[in-house]
Amino acid sequence: MNSFSNPAFATKVLVADDNAVDRKVLSAIVRRAGYQVIDAVDGNDALEKYYAQAPDLVLLDALMPGKDGFAVAREIKAGSQDKFVPIIFLTSLTEASELARCVEAGGDDFLSKPYNRVILNAKLSALQRVRDMHQTLQRQRDEISKHHMQLVADQEAAKAVFDNVAHARHLDVSYIKHLLSPLALFNGDVLLAAQNPNNNVYVLLGDFTGHGLAAAIGALPLSDVFYGMTAKGFSLPEIMRECNRKLCSVLPAGYFCCAAGLYIDFGRQTVEFWNGGLPSVYLRRKQALALKPALLPLASNHLPLGILSADKFSDVTEVVEVAQGDRLFMATDGVIEARDENGSYYGSHRLESMVRESPIDQVFGSVKRDVYGFMQEQDRDDDITMVEIEIVPADTIQAKASPPVEAGGPSDWKFSYELGCESLKNFNPLPLLQQVLMEAPYLRTRSTEIYTVMAELYSNALEHGVLGLNSSMKSSAEGFAQYYAARAKALEQVDGWVRFSFSAYVQQTRVKLEIRVEDSGAGFDYVTYLQKAREDSAQNNGYHGRGVKLLWDLCNRVDYIAPGNAVEVHMSWENDNGRND
Amino acid sequence: MTIDTSFDQDAQKLTISIRGRFDFSAHKDFRESYEQTQNPANSYSIDMSDANYIDSSALGMLLLLRDHAGGDHADVEIVNCNADVKKILTISNFDQLFTIH
Repeated sequence: MNSFSNPAFATKVLVADDNAVDRKVLSAIVRRAGYQVIDAVDGNDALEKYYAQAPDLVLLDALMPGKDGFAVAREIKAGSQDKFVPIIFLTSLTEASELARCVEAGGDDFLSKPYNRVILNAKLSALQRVRDMHQTLQRQRDEISKHHMQLVADQEAAKAVFDNVAHARHLDVSYIKHLLSPLALFNGDVLLAAQNPNNNVYVLLGDFTGHGLAAAIGALPLSDVFYGMTAKGFSLPEIMRECNRKLCSVLPAGYFCCAAGLYIDFGRQTVEFWNGGLPSVYLRRKQALALKPALLPLASNHLPLGILSADKFSDVTEVVEVAQGDRLFMATDGVIEARDENGSYYGSHRLESMVRESPIDQVFGSVKRDVYGFMQEQDRDDDITMVEIEIVPADTIQAKASPPVEAGGPSDWKFSYELGCESLKNFNPLPLLQQVLMEAPYLRTRSTEIYTVMAELYSNALEHGVLGLNSSMKSSAEGFAQYYAARAKALEQVDGWVRFSFSAYVQQTRVKLEIRVEDSGAGFDYVTYLQKAREDSAQNNGYHGRGVKLLWDLCNRVDYIAPGNAVEVHMSWENDNGRND
Repeated sequence: MTIDTSFDQDAQKLTISIRGRFDFSAHKDFRESYEQTQNPANSYSIDMSDANYIDSSALGMLLLLRDHAGGDHADVEIVNCNADVKKILTISNFDQLFTIH
């Protein structure tokens, strides 16, 4: 450590003693030991030279005229916050209390006069070792703090990227309230929301295993799949299945994502859900009825995403009926596992009773306040992610802005597409058909309406035509669940087909689109059905024929064709190709 | 958190006992508990009698053990879970992957 031969690198020792003889003796010893010596004749001189030459060690006579050694030591120690400059007091004092004073003033050691060369050298090198250690520590501390700053900067940059990809977009709407703690992402929480072409809303809340970047990284592929598929109009089971497949392929073993996906159909007032490993999603009803309790937990019924291979994965969803004003509440386990100062958990019982007991329009705020009040101050914002969705009238949902329309594409065309029974079992034709239709630029401005009409016609053809299910089952809460169970069962042994035929063209300035959907079913008494729907519609009594009313609203003509196994609709509008309104 | 292991008499079944909080801090110990045995085990039993907490990274570790033990053919049971631990395992539907008593 000591570069004896090179004075430029030698350790500099300041020797301050007002007694010239003592000073010379001491300087000689120190110099001979290989240090570079700076002499000071009294306290003031010592300070001046200390500041000017920045010695590495200081030997200080305790009693000097002017500023004494104690005052000099205090000033040096006060001024060297990060730097460690050892001070050795030189003293003829022998009183224990006087020696203690030296240490109190900031001295690191003391040396009694007359000087013993061996002891002095030993003390110098001991203090130098301490000083070296101190410097190493300091360097490491600085390095750690640099790394930490780098890490924080990286996290902030990553967060900005993830925020753009994983959050935002559709969350800032009046009917969704959400809380994502600032670094929630690095706790592995992801909250995604999007509209499909039908203006219905998908919400996905995910909680990846682990913490930090490893937990956050899965958010990218997950949101990619989610946004891509919702925009194309895929169904919730298809989306969950693809999310699982994607995460299986990108996440290392032992990493997975607890997630719940919701598909909220505001028009039909239904919520479809898939929950794999997330705490129960709560449906809080505005009005509790028989068989419709005020609080319905939608419990986890699947393994988390990213564990099971595609052939073992279950995409089975459940559907519940909701009404206007109802609230859906979801949270990751950070809420349940929030702890108070005694280390007790917030727990699912407390959460459940908050969701059940709060006034319906204050569920979100009440839970948030209660959880925050429960937690210790320093833990707040740590790991809290929750979201509430209100069931609002369908017309509250703002349509997504249509993409700008470019010219080109087919202008007059027909095609038909028939699904056999194997396809009906597990294939959703709507995204594919929508994609084909949207190749025609003049149809793009009506993409939502077209998708809605197509979806309505298809579900009628499949559920009532091919599967023969009776929609009147859906008029009670009990029947509602039965209906969906019966649908799933009937699909397993389906035998039949559904055929779509499309024809579109532009006639002068008007766009015409004709869609015919025909099924293998026996048809039904559509005359009575339409009659009833018209009456209901006139009385504004909304239960029956919601579907056909939707068609009447969106189409210029709706024709049922005997014996009722085919429907043909005509849609027509002024060609607004090129306008983005 | 501590982890103890023991083989049954026939040295077939490895019992891994977890004490305290079963979370990410157990990662290394848990992995070593089944990777560094003298003979590979045919079946595994995770004893949770003294585990009072389990988090999602522990679930991940259980999945890694399951992979190590043969994936879908693995014979891994999780025994003596308290109510809290059982709840976490149930929410995640881990009963589909492990035998849970």
